[in-house]
Amino acid sequence: MTAGTKMTVRDVSVWYGAKPALSNVSLDIEREEVIALIGPSGCGKSTLLRTLNRLNDSVAGARVQGLVTLDGEDVYAPATDPVALRARVGMVFQAPNPFPKTIRENVAYGLRIHGLARGRADLDAQVERALTRAGLWAEVRDRLGDPALSLSGGQQQRLCIARALAVEPEVILMDEPCSALDPIGTARIEELIGDLRGRYAICIVTHNMQQAARVSQRTAFFDAGRLIEYGATSELFTNPRETRTRDYITGRYG
Amino acid sequence: MTALLLAVFGLALIGWLAGHARALAFTASRGVLPRQQGWYVAVWTGLPALALLLCWAMMRPADEITLPAMLALLLALVGGGLAFARLRPGFAAGKRVERIVVAALFAASMVAIVTTAGILLSLLWEGGRFFAIVPAGEFLFGTHWSPQTIEGGDPTAGMGALPLFWGSFFIGAVIAMGVAVPLGLLSAIYLSHYAAPRTRRWAKPALEVLAGIPTVVYGYLAAVTVAPAIRDLGVALGIGAASSESALAAGLVMGVMIIPFVSSTADDALSAVPRTLAEASLALGATPSETVRHVLLPTALPGIAGGVLLAVSRAVGETMIVVMAASSVATISANPFAPATTVTRQIVDLLTGEATFDSAKTLAAFALGLVLFLLTLFLNFVALAAMRRRGAARA
Ligand SMILES: Nc1ncnc2c1ncn2[C@@H]1O[C@H](COP(=O)(O)OP(=O)(O)OP(=O)(O)O)[C@@H](O)[C@H]1O
Ligand SMILES: [Mg+2]
Repeated sequence: MTAGTKMTVRDVSVWYGAKPALSNVSLDIEREEVIALIGPSGCGKSTLLRTLNRLNDSVAGARVQGLVTLDGEDVYAPATDPVALRARVGMVFQAPNPFPKTIRENVAYGLRIHGLARGRADLDAQVERALTRAGLWAEVRDRLGDPALSLSGGQQQRLCIARALAVEPEVILMDEPCSALDPIGTARIEELIGDLRGRYAICIVTHNMQQAARVSQRTAFFDAGRLIEYGATSELFTNPRETRTRDYITGRYG
Repeated sequence: MTALLLAVFGLALIGWLAGHARALAFTASRGVLPRQQGWYVAVWTGLPALALLLCWAMMRPADEITLPAMLALLLALVGGGLAFARLRPGFAAGKRVERIVVAALFAASMVAIVTTAGILLSLLWEGGRFFAIVPAGEFLFGTHWSPQTIEGGDPTAGMGALPLFWGSFFIGAVIAMGVAVPLGLLSAIYLSHYAAPRTRRWAKPALEVLAGIPTVVYGYLAAVTVAPAIRDLGVALGIGAASSESALAAGLVMGVMIIPFVSSTADDALSAVPRTLAEASLALGATPSETVRHVLLPTALPGIAGGVLLAVSRAVGETMIVVMAASSVATISANPFAPATTVTRQIVDLLTGEATFDSAKTLAAFALGLVLFLLTLFLNFVALAAMRRRGAARA
């Protein structure tokens, strides 16, 4: 583990029932970098994300083998509380999934759960900070009491990012955060990822090669549950070592 | 009559065979099957005749038989003959038969609706006659109920039904729901979000068996076991009014009976909450129970509330348990150990005496039934509206 490594994944395999979804995956998530996970549908990208924050604990039949660490501590150790872990490893989902509450309550949710706000004024200040970081404050400052579902899809996704940022996680996992957005919404989220880089370790799943190339410093290419190639994004996109990687990024996959 | 029916069916059969044979003689034409031509003739032979016989039977039961018999047979022959005469190569009999089938299906579905309307009309009619004798205000808000003792005297005295409505509300909506809502909701939460699939597989049907137990079984459970125990408990606690016909006994048992209604509607509502909402909450570091309280329950609330209202409407209409375990004396008391009666119980009492079918007493039963019907109709309406709103909110 280097000084800059936030999470490590060592020889991790995951099964759903008897079906393997990931086999012997090893990679590092660096503290100040964005790592992109790419690969064909069903190759196990979401599974890896859900392994990192133990969200698959609640999926019946899911089984994990291998070592995952956060700051050197074993994430799957019996002493590790998955609830505390998830407060440190935030997640943004593929489709925007705000709670059917007000905009303000969506962001305040995690703060309330973890008792992070001292009084109303402090709560409001933290809500504003999270919304500002997610680049949504200017659009919603006058309508914090409106239902979150009254926002556009792109705004909802930024609200979900604000909701995750509010609890001050150390790592942010994003599962195809732009798949439901138009090019403008996508550009805003990409810009946002650039702003957040350095403050959070970020791991993003994407099907968009240009997006991976634009936002990430490292890229991992998966196929059929295996990590095929992993390295600096600039390397991997200009000079892939594996032919399968080359075929995939040039669109000749299949 | 039986022979007559057989004759009509026989003629219809002959019509089928004739139509079929006739159609076979035509050169085959696309989309027109001999079978359909047969049905066309058969239906026109049988239906008008049967309809005539049905009308006849309803209007004058069985005194004169020759005339209708002649008419029916004639109608069958004429109908069949005309239909037969219309057969041509390419005649689209199938489409016409289809139209008749649709009409028959429509008629079948109207039976339930017409019956409901008929019941409502008769309730309104008899209730109206009652309210012509007893003022509605007196009936709805009067507190003195003793209809069994008014023969000859002032018919409006002893017709204050408020204690009955209070009893129905207290037993069905307060005590029974006090049991059914928490237990039903908690078991729905457990089954929908905690139980392993294996547990769910046997626990859910087991819970639903509760709904299949005949209410009379619950009734004697209440009367024989629960009611004496409640009375003993009340006496031990030093409650003077403790009775073996307590509101508590009937309400508790009714609550147990209602559990599956609450739990299955709540389970549906909770399971309908998108999985990604629960995951969003878990991913923020909320515990499963925080997720249930802050995300799942609020999101599922309209559906759960609708289910509870349906359960209330069922509890208020429940009869057997209160006939066996509640009191026949009408008093207004909020003491659960004291005796209580309900609307349904009083309807049974009013109609199972040696009353003439016209007295104010009997009419009072219709008036009670009318109020009960309107009440449950209203509850069901509100419940369905609440549940629909849930669907709309998710769409
Ligand atoms: N809850 C589950 N139960 C059973 N199998 C699952 C489950 N979730 C995922 N899988 C299987 O695991 C494999 C990997 O799925 P995963 O969702 O990780 O793929 P992915 O790379 O994220 O695909 P996509 O790009 O389409 O999102 C697939 O074969 C999928 O069918
Ligand atoms: Mg995925």
